[in-house]
Amino acid sequence: MNEITLISVISLGSLGAIAAIVLYFVAQKFKVIEDPRIDVVEEKLPGANCGGCGLAGCRALAEAIVKAESLEGFSCPPGGNEAMKDIADALGLVAEESEPMIAVLRCNGTRENSPPKVKYEGATTCQFAHSLFSGEGGCPYGCLGCGDCVLACSFDAMYMDEKTGLPVIIDDKCVACGKCVQACPRNIIQMRKKGKKSRRIFVSCINTEKGGVARKSCKVACIGCGKCVKECKFEAITLENFLAYIDYEKCKLCRKCPPVCPTGAIHELNFPPRKEKKEEKAQENA
Amino acid sequence: MKTFKIGGVHPPENKLSKDAAIEVLDIPKTVYIPLSQHLGVPAVPVVKKGDTVKTGQLIAKGEAFISANIHSSVSGKVAKIDDVIDTSGYRKTCIIVETEGDEWEPDIDRSPDLKEDCSLTPEEIIKKVQEKGIVGLGGATFPSHVKLMVPKGKKADILIINGVECEPCLTADHRLMLEKAKEMLVGISIQMKALGVEKAIIGIENNKPDAIKHISELASGYKGISVESLKVKYPQGGEKQLIKALINREVPSGKLPIEVGAVVHNVGTSLAVYEAVQKNKPLIERVVTVSGSKIDKPSNFLVRIGTPVSALLEASGGIPENTGKVVNGGPMMGKALNNLDAPVAKGTSGILLFPEREVPRKPMLNCIRCAKCISVCCMGLEPYLLAILADKERFEECENEKIMDCIECGSCLYICPSGRPLLDNIRVGKNKVGQLMRSRASN
Repeated sequence: MNEITLISVISLGSLGAIAAIVLYFVAQKFKVIEDPRIDVVEEKLPGANCGGCGLAGCRALAEAIVKAESLEGFSCPPGGNEAMKDIADALGLVAEESEPMIAVLRCNGTRENSPPKVKYEGATTCQFAHSLFSGEGGCPYGCLGCGDCVLACSFDAMYMDEKTGLPVIIDDKCVACGKCVQACPRNIIQMRKKGKKSRRIFVSCINTEKGGVARKSCKVACIGCGKCVKECKFEAITLENFLAYIDYEKCKLCRKCPPVCPTGAIHELNFPPRKEKKEEKAQENA
Repeated sequence: MKTFKIGGVHPPENKLSKDAAIEVLDIPKTVYIPLSQHLGVPAVPVVKKGDTVKTGQLIAKGEAFISANIHSSVSGKVAKIDDVIDTSGYRKTCIIVETEGDEWEPDIDRSPDLKEDCSLTPEEIIKKVQEKGIVGLGGATFPSHVKLMVPKGKKADILIINGVECEPCLTADHRLMLEKAKEMLVGISIQMKALGVEKAIIGIENNKPDAIKHISELASGYKGISVESLKVKYPQGGEKQLIKALINREVPSGKLPIEVGAVVHNVGTSLAVYEAVQKNKPLIERVVTVSGSKIDKPSNFLVRIGTPVSALLEASGGIPENTGKVVNGGPMMGKALNNLDAPVAKGTSGILLFPEREVPRKPMLNCIRCAKCISVCCMGLEPYLLAILADKERFEECENEKIMDCIECGSCLYICPSGRPLLDNIRVGKNKVGQLMRSRASN
């Protein structure tokens, strides 16, 4: 009995020892040296793997930053400036301040504004609908309402409003990763500067048809009248193909353009309510 | 019985309007003539608002090589050149003509006499076909003059005439073959002359025995033209399938039929060629089937191009109650209309009405890997795989799996027991792969 135990202990022990020696040399030969800073950087990133930085995920961004030895050209939309500053401190680099961005939906073709004329019965993704027809409301530029953007969002920052048939972006949750922008086959969703207190003014329409034609399919379409262009003192608004565009770099958020828009296509978000009614009455009385 | 070898389905035929003789539809008050009724570059208008036009007058010129001329289908005044939602579902530029009387261009021969002799040279024939704006009337609307010009280094040895009409419900070609067979045969001999071929085969599915009999009798008087009856199978009307079925040659992937020495034209196109060459008549009218299970009077109408679809529906007894969908084209490849005033274009072969209960798609379930889609794919592709790859945006793999060979016949969608949107995904994939290929070519 003892003998058997002894033999097995010796044989297994020596086998183990040989394997250990072989493994030691193999490990030496095929050693992968990984920069420990990659792990440090990765820890400071949000870990959402959203792809908003343009790379495959958080690990890929960490690797790229460590390899480049600089933060120039890198940004993490969900982490924002804070995350970049943390990384800069840890690596002893200088972080670039980047303006926080947010997604805006440049369409207001709700069921009321652009009444459905037909019913779409096909498979419900915007990609398919876009390849088949101009949309239930008839606008070939407008939101198709099948929710490809909502599906693409990995931060729960979007939902479909059942009543209007349009997606809604939740300001607090949107990290500007740009997934929805890619998902939309009609390029309705665009990234804009978030602005102070997420205040922003934009033209909520991308229809480049002539005014009359655009109005036929939607009440609140931009008709390209140019009133806002005249009203803007900062030359922030340009008009091209019957469509106004507000440059968020130049816009000073003075709120002069939304009231002059005859169709109400210019939207202002998160501003305090206007006090204009009194002024209007005063003007009428005078 | 001849047919193509791989894939195919046999949906219920429902040819309700096959006994309805072609009726001439009244000229509408206003016609909307789209500038893009053909494959290729849209035509450029040569008239302006307020001009008076005659029936058959050139109103838009196809300036590019792959483009086609467009002629006014009525006489009257050009009211506007504006964007109208057409059969594509999108707004497209149309020339809108208000009808006044029906005054034709004087050089058009409107007599019903058959004019058999054609003394023109092949070049003159092709020029005339181009001038008169003839496009393929089978549905793809490829400009016919391009098909009649054999590219340098290639040689055509056979002309195939497509009288298959494999789409269920449609009967426009069937009626044409019965009523205009003599003209059609002259047209075919003109096409043979233009191509310089000695032989032409007319392929007809054997669910049209009357047409086969009628045309065979008449064709015996023409040298080189024969009629072949084919087993009923969808999509036999596809060029590549028809070539395989009739002469057992296989068109290589990504190539045109001329590669194997064949040229395919539709029966309707042959008639249009006859009218253009012998009678000087441009392509300003076509036969459209209006059909549906609940419709009062399934009919075949001879319609001026640009007539609103609603006028056709009215003439066939109005839209029945509980109609869920109006489809432009056949039930397999056609597309639902989102505007009933969309104009009839050169490629409109039928208008079908489906009752509400037949409209909804099957609920979408998981793919069970039954491989039915593979067995029915007439191009030998794997639709389930292409759909997955396109859905996952793996477009380069789609290209390797020959997604561009898909002819969008819809057999996979028809057969799928899980109701998966195979063709929808493939269509998106084809679109993206096409963009990739174009950007690669331009770099």
